[in-house]
Amino acid sequence: MSAKRVVTFTVNGDQVEILCEPRQSLLEVLRDDLDLTGTKEGCSNGNCGACTVIMDGRPVVSCLVLAVEAEGAELRTIEGVACGSTLDEVQAAFLEGAALQCGICTPGIIVQTEALLEENPNPTEDDVRFYLAGNLCRCTGYDKIVRAVQAAAEKRQVAASN
Amino acid sequence: MATAENPKYKVIGTRPIRHDGADKVTGRARYGADIQLSGMLYGAMLRSPHAHANIKSIDTSKAEALPGVRAVATSADLPEQGDRVVELGEGAANMRHLTANVLARGKVLYRGHSIAAVAADNIHIAEEAIKLIEVEYELLPPVMDVVGAMAENAPVLNDDIRTESVGSAPPAKDSKPTNVAKHFLFEKGDVAAGFAEADIIVEREFDTAMVHQGYIEPHNATVLWNTDGKLTVWISTQGSFTVRQQTAELLKIPISNVKVIPTEIGGGFGGKISVYLPPVAAVLSKKTGRPVKLVMSRTNVFEATGPTPGSHMKVKLGATKDGKLVAGEAWIAFEAGAYTGSPIGPACMCVFACYDLPHGRVEGFDVCVNKPRTNAYRAPGSTHVAFATETLVNEICEKIDVDPAEFRINNAAKEGVRRVDGPVYARVGMVETVEAIKNSEHYKTALEGKYRGRGIASGFWFNCGLKSAASATVNPDGTVSLLEGSTDIGGSRTGIAMQLAEALGITAEEVIPAVGDTDSVGYCDVTGGSRVTFATGIAAIEAAKDIQRQLVDRAAMIWEVDSSHVSYSDGGVHGPDGKQLSFKEMAAKLHGTGGAVIGRGTSSEATQGGAFGTHCVDVEVDVDLGKVQILRYTAAQDAGTAIHPSYVEGQMQGGAVQGIGWALNEEYWYDEQGEMRNSTYLDYRIPTCYDVPMIDTIIVEVPDPQHPYGVRGVGEVPICPPPAAIANAIYDAVGVRMHDLPMSPPKLLAEILKK
Amino acid sequence: MATRTMPRVFIPPPMRSLTEGEEVVDVGGTNLGQVIAHLERRFPGMKERLCQDDDIRPGLSVAVAGSVATLGMLQRTNPEVEIHFLPAIGGG
Repeated sequence: MSAKRVVTFTVNGDQVEILCEPRQSLLEVLRDDLDLTGTKEGCSNGNCGACTVIMDGRPVVSCLVLAVEAEGAELRTIEGVACGSTLDEVQAAFLEGAALQCGICTPGIIVQTEALLEENPNPTEDDVRFYLAGNLCRCTGYDKIVRAVQAAAEKRQVAASN
Repeated sequence: MATAENPKYKVIGTRPIRHDGADKVTGRARYGADIQLSGMLYGAMLRSPHAHANIKSIDTSKAEALPGVRAVATSADLPEQGDRVVELGEGAANMRHLTANVLARGKVLYRGHSIAAVAADNIHIAEEAIKLIEVEYELLPPVMDVVGAMAENAPVLNDDIRTESVGSAPPAKDSKPTNVAKHFLFEKGDVAAGFAEADIIVEREFDTAMVHQGYIEPHNATVLWNTDGKLTVWISTQGSFTVRQQTAELLKIPISNVKVIPTEIGGGFGGKISVYLPPVAAVLSKKTGRPVKLVMSRTNVFEATGPTPGSHMKVKLGATKDGKLVAGEAWIAFEAGAYTGSPIGPACMCVFACYDLPHGRVEGFDVCVNKPRTNAYRAPGSTHVAFATETLVNEICEKIDVDPAEFRINNAAKEGVRRVDGPVYARVGMVETVEAIKNSEHYKTALEGKYRGRGIASGFWFNCGLKSAASATVNPDGTVSLLEGSTDIGGSRTGIAMQLAEALGITAEEVIPAVGDTDSVGYCDVTGGSRVTFATGIAAIEAAKDIQRQLVDRAAMIWEVDSSHVSYSDGGVHGPDGKQLSFKEMAAKLHGTGGAVIGRGTSSEATQGGAFGTHCVDVEVDVDLGKVQILRYTAAQDAGTAIHPSYVEGQMQGGAVQGIGWALNEEYWYDEQGEMRNSTYLDYRIPTCYDVPMIDTIIVEVPDPQHPYGVRGVGEVPICPPPAAIANAIYDAVGVRMHDLPMSPPKLLAEILKK
Repeated sequence: MATRTMPRVFIPPPMRSLTEGEEVVDVGGTNLGQVIAHLERRFPGMKERLCQDDDIRPGLSVAVAGSVATLGMLQRTNPEVEIHFLPAIGGG
């Protein structure tokens, strides 16, 4: 076991400093050290997308990022999506559109959607399906998820044009 | 009949935001693996690399010596169970098998079979420690094929299994052990005479591969064995009461010593009913005096939980040339996995369940093989047999040139029809679901293009009633706190709250539902069998009626009249001379009229009628690759009465896509040594967002007379039709009949090339 | 159909060796326990196959009038009902 390292990064706007082993994943540190358990673990090998967070503007599967690699990074997790006590458009659209059942994949999918809408504010159905293809959901069959993403995009565009 | 046709409801049929929604879109909801307790240790488990072996010895000394390791456990730490069969809430289990499945006793029966466990200061130390445990194995030949396992000379997995048959004399204890654990036989009419009437008979053999439920959240359990002998179990499960019972039975302690706190659950589909981790975490906690958390890896989940069986089936159907089914015969063998318990019984009862079949014979076998002990998966057993029967039905339709929807309507199971397994149907909606497809835009729109084809298929599931309990407390501001024991996998607490709201005449938002732990709510059977919205719904309605009765008494007291002159309707109490008080007004008066009003309700006598669905699918086949693309999909299903239509649609869409995965991609892929070679999501390949189109839904409502609002369970039926519907569409597209699941590119391509 | 005076029991094929091949028998009883007791009297050995410790065998379910008997041996019966012995069903 190698010596622990101090790692400093920003999570949802807050600067944090943690002591971690080099073998610890970003996912483990977020969940076990920072108690940000909204980021979920489904497979630990980057296949399911449940642990998706945004790192320096890019969506990453945090199970495949070592915590030490996050030195100096700016991270956004599901806990940083809502604005205070107000849900953002994506979260609201998921609730209104019944786009979740068990909810375990939901944080990862919402975070991935935030990244999508940042890149492409007006995605087609195909765009959405392609961008979310790395986020597995076993409950919904994806229909209501795709619709919710498009509804959120539309709402955000309307809000932006007002 | 309790249910009028097309009743008008205020809450039922609307689409409120689910009560647990805010927590689930913000990451606040706590699932099993999110539990953190002070002093908590992390566990890891050693699992067998072999499919079939005797364990000669286990040496844990090096693991115990590793700094940071706090305890090691093996099967020696669990009590002997002897020869007991116990009813565990959803099916009976042989306790000797159950304990050996939790921690192997002398023998490993599948790759991934757990052998030992470690509790350590962190997960990394625990994982290092299990590598230090030394196990000496004596390898045995693996038995991987269901038909091979039935052979007289096949190696036998369990020396205590002899063929049991419902209604037969118990097998002699000194008879030779076998892998065939169970045999079922059902007969109706005279099969030979039936086939003699047939103008056309088709008989085919079918195979389906073992598949997994694939829920995204791995199994987990955190257990504290307290110094007073009381255990607390935090777990994501489909049934906290069955976890309590299984854990208590496996540890041989009273159930009252075990409190199960169900966390939020990340999917189950039948796979989170059996107990794997709690007794192990309990033993580790007892040894250390600290809470212990165990979480499975994805590979553990695939290799060592309860997938649904692979199968081999021979099915034969006979019909007259004018399109009437006259006889059917089925021979079905299911892989039980390491120990008995596949859903072969329901499979036998489902194989001809969609049809009015005058003569039938069904024989089924539950067969042990060196694969994980199988478990329920969404309409357990029904998808396998629907693949066979619904493919044959379409083949008959083609041969006698009858529209497959028309044929299904003409032969459909309906009220008064006797099933092959005996009972007679009450009012069911098979005909209506086929008609819904026949009249859909999808079915009426011609499909054009090369290598494109369309298929339809139907499916059935019983819907179990079973037992549920709920209590409901009236709050002074006119809301109601509802406590029920059914863990909520897909929005059920809102569906149950809506039924309570409807019964009291308040809004869905005025009910605050919660799922209680085993010490705070009455016994509830598992969330499964498409039963919760039905049975826990009835319990909530009963609790509402109890509240109504108490409010009537309170109002009578206030108005100084006899209770018999007061009634409850339209969201309030009504008395003589036009006196009335709304629910909200009554709620405000509780403190001055005797204190809290708590309603309680149970459901036990109720059993549901069955539910049917019919699906229509368009595919395009890539004839160079053998890959099938789903172009369009429509699912019709009888929901009885849809309480929250969005979540009914969601069940239909999710079930259909699971069925698509089963049809086209998913399979346990074993090598000759019995090692699963695709135990990651990347290789097991459940459908992604990019693989499927929108799933159109048609909710058919033929109310179930056994529920006050007509509810039928909806969760399970939609997985049944897809494999057959897709097989039929593939035939329509390229003229190849597939009899083997999954219909993966290599298999389909091989069939196309044979043409 | 003529009016029956007793519950009608459908005998599963493996049990017909006890009933000399009879597939359907009418026996008296106002609850399931009595029906099984009457069956046992008429066809000795029947109870052992259906019951364990005076209750329905684990893994077996009994359908009375089309509904699964949730009250076990106490399930009420009447002359109109049919009784079927079936594998217990759970679900996913």
